[in-house]
Amino acid sequence: MKPGRLLRVKGMIRKEWLQVIRDPSSIAIAFFLPMLLLLIFGYGVSLDAKNVRIALVVEQADSQSLSFAGGFYQTSYFAPLALNSIQEAETALRQSKVDGIVWLRHNFGRDYLRKDSPPIGVIVNGVDANTARLIEGYVQGIWFGWLEQQAERAGKKLQSPVQLEQRIWYNPEVRSTDFLVPGVLAVIMTLIGALLTALVIAREWERGTMEALLVTRISVVEILLGKLIPYFILGMGGLALSLAMAHSLFHVPLRGSLWLLLATSALFLWVALGMGFFISTIFKSQFVAALVAMVSTFLPAFILSGFIFDIQSMPPIIQGLTHLIAARYYVSILQTLFLVGDVWSVVLPNAAALVGMGLFFHGMVYRKTRKNLE
Amino acid sequence: MARPAVSPLHSSPHAAFAPTAPSAAPTGAAPDSAAALVLDQVRKTFTIEKKQITALDGVSCAIRPGMVTGLIGPDGAGKTTLMRLCAGLLTPDQGSLRALNIDVVREPLKVQASIGYMPQRFGLYEDLTVLENLDLYADLQGVEAEARAERYAQLLAMAGLEGFRGRLAGRLSGGMKQKLGLVCTLVRPPRLLLLDEPTVGVDPVSRRELWQIVYHLVEAEGMSVLLSTAYLDEAERCAEVVLIHQGKILGHDHPRAFSQQVEGRTWQVRAPDMPKRALQRALSHNPAVLDALILGKAIRVVSRDRTPLQPIGLPSEIAVEVAPVAPRFEDYFVATLKDDHAAANGDNHITLRQTSDRLAGQDVITVDNLVRRFGDFYAVDHVGFRVRHGEIFGLLGANGAGKTTTFRMLCGLLPISSGACTVAGMNLRTAAAAARAKIGYMAQKFSLYGNLSVMQNLKFFSSAYGLRGARRSGQIDWALSTFNLEPFAATESQSLPLGFKQRLALAVALMHEPEVLFLDEPTSGVDPLARREFWVQINSLADQGVTVLVTTHFMEEAEYCDRLVIMADGRVLAEGTPEAMKEGFSGGVGREATMEDAFIGLLEANRNEANLKSAPQAAKASA
Amino acid sequence: MGHRILALIIKEFLALFRDKKSRMAVIVPPIFQLLVFGYAATFDLEHAALAILNEDTGGFSRDLAGRFERSSGFEVVGYLRSEAEIAPLIDRGGALLALHIGPQCSSDAARGESCNIQVLIDGRNSNTAMLALNYVRSIVSDFNEERAELNGVKLPARLNMRAWFNPNLESRWFIVPGIIALLAMIVTLVVTALSVAREREAGTFDQLLVTPLRPWEILIGKAMPGLLVGVGEASLIIAVAVFWFKIPLVGQLSVLYPALIIYVLSIIGVGLMISSFSATLQQALLGAFLFIVPAVILSGFSTPIANMPAFMQALTYLDPMRYFLTIVRRVFLEGAGIEYFWHDLWPMSIIAAVTLAMATWLFRHRMY
Repeated sequence: MKPGRLLRVKGMIRKEWLQVIRDPSSIAIAFFLPMLLLLIFGYGVSLDAKNVRIALVVEQADSQSLSFAGGFYQTSYFAPLALNSIQEAETALRQSKVDGIVWLRHNFGRDYLRKDSPPIGVIVNGVDANTARLIEGYVQGIWFGWLEQQAERAGKKLQSPVQLEQRIWYNPEVRSTDFLVPGVLAVIMTLIGALLTALVIAREWERGTMEALLVTRISVVEILLGKLIPYFILGMGGLALSLAMAHSLFHVPLRGSLWLLLATSALFLWVALGMGFFISTIFKSQFVAALVAMVSTFLPAFILSGFIFDIQSMPPIIQGLTHLIAARYYVSILQTLFLVGDVWSVVLPNAAALVGMGLFFHGMVYRKTRKNLE
Repeated sequence: MARPAVSPLHSSPHAAFAPTAPSAAPTGAAPDSAAALVLDQVRKTFTIEKKQITALDGVSCAIRPGMVTGLIGPDGAGKTTLMRLCAGLLTPDQGSLRALNIDVVREPLKVQASIGYMPQRFGLYEDLTVLENLDLYADLQGVEAEARAERYAQLLAMAGLEGFRGRLAGRLSGGMKQKLGLVCTLVRPPRLLLLDEPTVGVDPVSRRELWQIVYHLVEAEGMSVLLSTAYLDEAERCAEVVLIHQGKILGHDHPRAFSQQVEGRTWQVRAPDMPKRALQRALSHNPAVLDALILGKAIRVVSRDRTPLQPIGLPSEIAVEVAPVAPRFEDYFVATLKDDHAAANGDNHITLRQTSDRLAGQDVITVDNLVRRFGDFYAVDHVGFRVRHGEIFGLLGANGAGKTTTFRMLCGLLPISSGACTVAGMNLRTAAAAARAKIGYMAQKFSLYGNLSVMQNLKFFSSAYGLRGARRSGQIDWALSTFNLEPFAATESQSLPLGFKQRLALAVALMHEPEVLFLDEPTSGVDPLARREFWVQINSLADQGVTVLVTTHFMEEAEYCDRLVIMADGRVLAEGTPEAMKEGFSGGVGREATMEDAFIGLLEANRNEANLKSAPQAAKASA
Repeated sequence: MGHRILALIIKEFLALFRDKKSRMAVIVPPIFQLLVFGYAATFDLEHAALAILNEDTGGFSRDLAGRFERSSGFEVVGYLRSEAEIAPLIDRGGALLALHIGPQCSSDAARGESCNIQVLIDGRNSNTAMLALNYVRSIVSDFNEERAELNGVKLPARLNMRAWFNPNLESRWFIVPGIIALLAMIVTLVVTALSVAREREAGTFDQLLVTPLRPWEILIGKAMPGLLVGVGEASLIIAVAVFWFKIPLVGQLSVLYPALIIYVLSIIGVGLMISSFSATLQQALLGAFLFIVPAVILSGFSTPIANMPAFMQALTYLDPMRYFLTIVRRVFLEGAGIEYFWHDLWPMSIIAAVTLAMATWLFRHRMY
């Protein structure tokens, strides 16, 4: 590098850095917003239903009914509400006072002793389909436990033709925090990368500073480098903060290696910055650039990246669309690195996709930024 | 001096006069290799919303080295486009440009490495300090670290910014910002300096300092400077002037050579017993008069030819004194370009349909001990004045003197910290909404709805002021015809030419026939001819009993006011008539003091006192 | 007076819709988002990649494996030959889960003993893992019941499960009505949050304030476009939800619309408050963003409020979207009448009243 060039890039970096630290809104986007998102997602968002309000209708208090119903009091999944009649329970369900009903008819105990295989009525509110399924699963678990217990009491072993042994790898307690927090990291990095930088080139045009820069000896590459490096550092700072929070507050395990996590994050940040610059270069007004950044980067990162909604379950067209979202590749890498380990067969193809997208965005920015006002 | 008939529009002054120095003639002659900048048949067009606009049309000229050349023309003449072409920021459609003997089109980077260019809105980073801005440009221009300390000290001393190294650029006053912008372009001394309207919106003191810097550079460092400006008085400070209009060069010569062309056509008319506005109006109806301008108590007149001016149309019992005066560049400018403004020669007087004398003889605006604090900063610091009915009252001051803040408090747009102000006997902030129907307001920048058409704006504001039915449509028709807006009725107001935007804004402020009119820097950015037209309109309103409060930083506009206050640092430095204000200040050698001299004098006195840490109230002068 | 407001409303509409770009910006992205998100945002498991390792050769295990092969929830991506193949496959995301049937399975079953099978699930996305596990369980228990019946053995008791309002538990029925609330909020907020800030930046707001218009008149003028755009956009999305996504609309529109109008008004209040608070468009935009993100998350749009910790649940009471989200879902799927969500309606009305009043006050009293 020629000495003059080094000096110019250094000058740009220093200027950009001073602007960042003096502008409260960049600090807000880089540090406050990540913390807010992490706290909300880490603490507030959970797909694991707990303390589900369920109505228990036991029409005849015999020992079989009571022992079955007892199972609902012994688990933290349910907060049972004992009601006297099914009518009452149905009203409660309609009023959203409970999310489900378990109904033991008056002849349950008698039929059980007669080995008539009496039915246990279960009604769930299907409006929230996801929670409804979880509730059904929990009820099944209790029912199965109860059957085993009854069999044991009778001195027998419950003989079902197939015994299922289940193992959930990487996240045996099925904590949703463990997969949401890495996903939030991807959203945060998109935010820092794209939203912050979407404004910076547009701002120079709007404030008239670009014209003064253009007539100096600086070249396009130097301007872009001078802008890239400070925001890259800022983004890595935001990442470090988020990682520290993920580790110390939410106890998300990191099974892969830290250096690989940092390297792939740096790669993604580079892509996100490229997207931001790209938007910024095309839309020379801060306002439009910010809107476009929000609609085209942040929302897709939320919904189409596989961060909450599983990509495999989407229709093929939408799955195809997700391949255009950089965050998709990063979410994949993150969830693997955090919960599985250094699985090269996941990291390498995704990283390659990121490199491709990065080259595209940065290449376009380079082509579109000209050293004149035409 | 016997002169041939005045050369008509678009003819080169060279046709009539031989310049005293060999002129770099703006013809297609072989480029002068000694010239700092050579343009040859340069043409540049832009396409805006599918319409092609010619910004520069076959421009050729050569800028001579080692002197200041002024680029002068009204708004939209093509000044900025020309500057950008020279800096290699735009590419011409046709023609060639050479700066310092380098082809600008082919080697823009090489040109940019050796020239200095200061755009109209220089890109200072407002959240960086003075020193940090300097460091940035030193880095970008590749100034060696060892050379910096000395260069900085020299430049900052020249600009009077030594004491402000650590201050954020955003906290500097408008004039200081411009000086800092200039200093930043100069960190590495360029051989050619391009300055695009460096003095726009800058108070007279800073303007004077900016010019001193430019002169110093030319003399001490032998720099060549091309400077564009809309202030016509600045033409006389340049060694040579290029006059540009509608993308074409009208002339290139010494400033004196321009004004000499109108010699014998400029007069000063005094009639001590007649109100100056009435005198001006009478004179402008005189067919021999091309232009009549209020200047203090007198009226400056440019006549259509050299026959001595006869004061016809004036009441015979009045003593009238007509004296020839030396022509200025501005006179030439007006004489050349006013013909173009055919409409401007018509009657610009506005006649309101209804006027009210309800407030006659009263103080319409009262301001007492008015204070506005932002934190512990006093934007307006115990200001007081009175405006009488039918008066044009001016609020003068540099940027940041507190004019606009005072203005906004009067209009009820900003809460008062302490003190009191009333308009037509009411405080607009607390009075009923209907009270606001008595005032008209025209903001500093064009602030009507840009994406609505002229008609839609008029319709909306007339309804907002409660006009309806026949009166509403009558007033809309009145506005369209009075301000010649009919052809634009369906045009989006943001794409109107600047002068018409300003007419539309005035029309909106007047449709409901207010008793009091507030004008906040109504003419900033408007070219001199449109400014004159505007003031004729304002004068006619005042004659009909409308009270006008106006802020401005054009010193010559202060002359149009009946009375005015000069503000600095949130305080009133002086109050009185323009004539009284000028007393006690001397002009340059052999000329009368101008408003600008008075202003600079007052400000310097105030600055000295502030430096002596005297009591803050002591600077209050009264006339 | 009515005349003045009318002029103001006309002006606001012209300002918003006169140019094509801003018309497109208001109308097109929400439709696009509805379609993409309507399809993308699903918690249903479909075609989950399943690998089968069947070391047994008997008919029993083939029957069992067949159940999985035929299920619509799973798609078999491969048959493995050894246990060692499982881990690498799941690690690289080649399969979400693997079913391992041991070599003794059929013979165990024939002897009347239980056949032990193993299912290994990728837990990276814990929600998907739980869904897959539930699928597996229900297939296995159906299989068990059938086999038991074949053998003449009955379970001592059986579960009879039903889901009300959404019998097939399709999560799209849950998400798409939520998108009505989400997009109505985003569109309304963008329209209103920028309206005052844009005028302040252009200087036109001062021009407006010096006219005899009263603050509440300005409020009505500014609120009308938001109301029309918000309600109009929501109506369009309701139509798409019903006719395109075939979400059942059990309840009455006459019950839904009053709630929708109150909801949009409360968002207008928030938007105008943000807008009158900000001096620049950028601040307004950032403000809108800082409101939208928590409001969406705290509303229960994607995750149930009941799962949040107590202090966050308390915060959700400030979120207008929380109330409308409940209402719109219940009207759509349950056909709930107003008597069932009265307690959601009044807090939303209070939020609307407070924010609108604050915004009106701020028009004139913002300190700057």
